[in-house]
Amino acid sequence: MAGSGVVTVYGNGAITETTKQSPFSVKVGLAQMLRGGVIMDVVTPEQARVAEEAGACAVMALERVPADIRAQGGVARMSDPQLIKEIKQAVTIPVMAKARIGHFVEAQILEAIGIDYVDESEVLTLADDENHINKHNFRIPFVCGCRNLGEALRRIREGAAMIRTKGEAGTGNIIEAVRHVRSVMGDIRVLRNMDDDEVFTFAKKLQAPYDLVMQTKQLGRLPVVHFAAGGVATPADAALMMQLGCDGVFVGSGVFKSGDPARRARAIVQAVTHYSDPEVLAEVSCGLGEAMVGINLNDDKVEREGFWYYKDYVLACQICSSLGVYIVHMHVSLVSESGNTTDDFKLPTDENLLNRIKNGFEEGKDLVVCAMGEEQICALKDIGPKN
Amino acid sequence: MAIGVLALQGSFNEHIAALKRVGVKGEQIRKPEQLQNVSGLIIPGGESTTMAKLAEYHNLFPALREFVKMGKPVWGTCAGLIFLADKAIGQKTGGQELIGGLNCTVHRNFFGSQIQSFEAEISVPEIVAKEGGPPSFRGVFIRAPGILEVGPEVQVLAEVPVPSDKAAKSDPAVENVEENAASEQKVIVAVKQGNLLATAFHPELTADTRWHSYFLKMLSETNQEASSSTSLSSENLSFCEPPKYDLPIFQQ
Repeated sequence: MAGSGVVTVYGNGAITETTKQSPFSVKVGLAQMLRGGVIMDVVTPEQARVAEEAGACAVMALERVPADIRAQGGVARMSDPQLIKEIKQAVTIPVMAKARIGHFVEAQILEAIGIDYVDESEVLTLADDENHINKHNFRIPFVCGCRNLGEALRRIREGAAMIRTKGEAGTGNIIEAVRHVRSVMGDIRVLRNMDDDEVFTFAKKLQAPYDLVMQTKQLGRLPVVHFAAGGVATPADAALMMQLGCDGVFVGSGVFKSGDPARRARAIVQAVTHYSDPEVLAEVSCGLGEAMVGINLNDDKVEREGFWYYKDYVLACQICSSLGVYIVHMHVSLVSESGNTTDDFKLPTDENLLNRIKNGFEEGKDLVVCAMGEEQICALKDIGPKN
Repeated sequence: MAIGVLALQGSFNEHIAALKRVGVKGEQIRKPEQLQNVSGLIIPGGESTTMAKLAEYHNLFPALREFVKMGKPVWGTCAGLIFLADKAIGQKTGGQELIGGLNCTVHRNFFGSQIQSFEAEISVPEIVAKEGGPPSFRGVFIRAPGILEVGPEVQVLAEVPVPSDKAAKSDPAVENVEENAASEQKVIVAVKQGNLLATAFHPELTADTRWHSYFLKMLSETNQEASSSTSLSSENLSFCEPPKYDLPIFQQ
């Protein structure tokens, strides 16, 4: 779009935004200052100092990094405010912290401590499986995750001032983050070339507000700062995300779960600045020590012992329930992205669990099932609302 | 006439977009050799500690100090202001390296953290005199620094009132400086000293291009002819980058 670059967001009537106290421009302003930078997960003040020394532009204060949350299970909640306060006192760079999706009181508490950003995070256990926090009610800005363009725009309409990919946190595996970025960028590329008249239907398909879809089309990019997150473990990963079009990178377990955190942190910071300069990338990738081990979701061995995260599992369930087919043959068919199916998962014999799975299909939920080496489903977990 | 924008981190894309609006090409500067091709430099907003670290890794500080000494115009916004100051308070443990040159003391994160970030209309008589336009300017302060004191040769361009809850707090680190009667109620947020311009707020986040054209005038004042060598292809091995799209200007 030619012109001065001034774009007003219209359709604000229904949103109660206290514009004088917390203008959206100030919320996004901080995100714009974080562009080209690396935001690192830290669990102690010492780690925060290491991150600041290495050149992180902000830190994310947590009690447990995503890799540990995955390993330990249970319910993951907002961290102890005392810990967050200690981390805030240890550094001069912005401090972020996570709140559960939909848990607006955790967000109120984080705002009261005076940190700089709240991450409404799917890494923590869901507090509300249908609604996210109404971020317009807060003075503190929010960053939210997304898997595709529709989700990103819905979060922005709710008031998110910064967007990141969801990725596969805690695995050290970049594939999901790449998938999500390609999905967002791909849809934006389609949108840019689309006839204006077709945007109405495209907005319906994306399940996103029309005005934001149109704004995205005019800008040629997401209307807010877009970071990569989830599985970044090496400088090459960070540079990959930057070249794919992200404005910056979150690194979680990737730094402090590696062999030499300070060195790796510095290398990733340099990689994000010099993302299109392979000579610098080669130089900083040398001699970094061990990367975080990570989890390969396609690894046979891992599948049997851990949680399945087949993206299209939901699709298979939806197809079943929409066709009115009840899963009576004690078999669950899992369809992966590449179209492979695996039919060797039996439904549980336990009544309770069986009913939960059937109800889950009917409601169209995202379910993760656990099959502990038995090839029979023995547990399931709700991984998020269908948005 | 190319203007360099230090592209280590932060709002360099926003500055390049603003320069485009006034008809000038902005060059991204990441390495010392690139400074030879530009006749002016903008140090953008962002995290000054991050930028200092990255500048250290690539040995940029000597080249930057040389640039300042040669009298070429340099403009620092927010983090850039911290870089140019001779003295900075509120640094992280271990301190951070500065370019220096601007005779002033700057306090990092003067107004507080993000919750204290704000927008304010500031009156900048100097800019209005040179550039025309409305008498006030939309100042966006994001975890902004404040200039506590300035040397005699520094020209103060703008001040803002200190928010009341901040003035009430007594900060042991700056107690001796706050004796200055002038800085009790107001804090300096924009200064000029010869070829150096510094602002604690972010003109690049607004649609108002008067600061950018004011900076361009500083270039012609120091009689910089178009640089002798056309900017050599600074692409090296970098791959073809996808076209860059700009973020919108956010305003109410």
